[in-house]
Amino acid sequence: MNRRGFLSLSLKGLAGIALACGLDEIFRPREGLGAAKPGRWVFLVDTYKCIGCGFCVKACKLENEVPFGANVSRTWVERYVVTKDGEVFADTPQEGRYGFITRRIDLGQGRTQEILPEKIDKAFFVPKLCNQCAEPSCVQVCPVGATYQTADGVVLVDRKWCIGCGYCIMACPYGMRFFHPVYHVVEKCNFCYHRINKGMKPACVVACPVGARRIGNIKDPQDPVANIIMTQRVSIHKPEYGTDPQVYFIGLSEEVR
Amino acid sequence: MHVLRPLFVVLALGAAILAARILVVPKDFGIHERGYMYGWYRKASEEDWKNFQVKYQGRDYCKDCHAEQFQQLRTSLHTIIECENCHGLAIEHPSDPQKLSIDRSRELCLRCHTYLPYPTSKRAEIRGIDPDGHNAGLECVGCHDPHRASKPK
Repeated sequence: MNRRGFLSLSLKGLAGIALACGLDEIFRPREGLGAAKPGRWVFLVDTYKCIGCGFCVKACKLENEVPFGANVSRTWVERYVVTKDGEVFADTPQEGRYGFITRRIDLGQGRTQEILPEKIDKAFFVPKLCNQCAEPSCVQVCPVGATYQTADGVVLVDRKWCIGCGYCIMACPYGMRFFHPVYHVVEKCNFCYHRINKGMKPACVVACPVGARRIGNIKDPQDPVANIIMTQRVSIHKPEYGTDPQVYFIGLSEEVR
Repeated sequence: MHVLRPLFVVLALGAAILAARILVVPKDFGIHERGYMYGWYRKASEEDWKNFQVKYQGRDYCKDCHAEQFQQLRTSLHTIIECENCHGLAIEHPSDPQKLSIDRSRELCLRCHTYLPYPTSKRAEIRGIDPDGHNAGLECVGCHDPHRASKPK
């Protein structure tokens, strides 16, 4: 065989292999391309609708076995009262697990303050829960692989694997993580992962009497929640951290920290 | 030869650690869908969370056995409130718990019915009271039936 013949045969061989691979790709797509892709859970909070009853916090703590009396919670409700002088008062008495049953703002250390109605410029409630960030800083810092993101976008904590170092608690810009008083490992909201995987809604969503909390799948164009997030004016909490939160708010104000 | 002995000790130690690692680290621990940065974990942990017990059942769980109360509530403004918000979590009721503990406290009603003069919040639109001025200390259910809250006139 001369050089010309060898090169020609090699090129033909390569072309044949490339054609075979291409046909394989086109007519027998890789497993998973045709199968249903995992969804992406998102949450929508409407601060105009929230009435501060705190039933979401109550339902969450009981559903997820976070001791009711302990001053930690996977979700909580904040109250903001902005006066006409521009002063901002914010409180979340006992995470809002008993609701907001008094006009007096809890200033901490047992002090309260009443704000006269005629002085109020705007006042509203903001429910907070884990943002299940697309780029979760809490997961990056875990030294042992005990916290992670699932294929459908929820950030979970492996209770058997967590060593309780607390790095993730420090890394979360939203203060969503805490130590579980009973299990002594890190605890956080996981959109009620056990419920959403059974086709149920998270406990807080079911408990909300006014529809201020909703969950959806952003990958599904038919999903009403995804539709609102894609087409209406929504905002996210602390975008400057670059964590790409997946909890969207309607009516989030600049006073909200 | 004696200079190399510490080296053998170190090598043996390294081998022991690697062997122990194979025994201790579960097979499903590794890099999963979200890559090394966000998806380095023990896969079985997902199942642990999926198997967590559902306790808050929702009103559809109640409506068959407690049809009368369910229908009564449907005609009331309080129909937006889930049964378990006041009656307690159903969990596995009626087997566990056999009886739910109803919260009849004044504070439960005040969660929504303390009047708060908050513009831009729906709270201000709910009929509310001043808890210090309206029969302070008494339970609301003494006079009001929570299943028959009617539309404001």
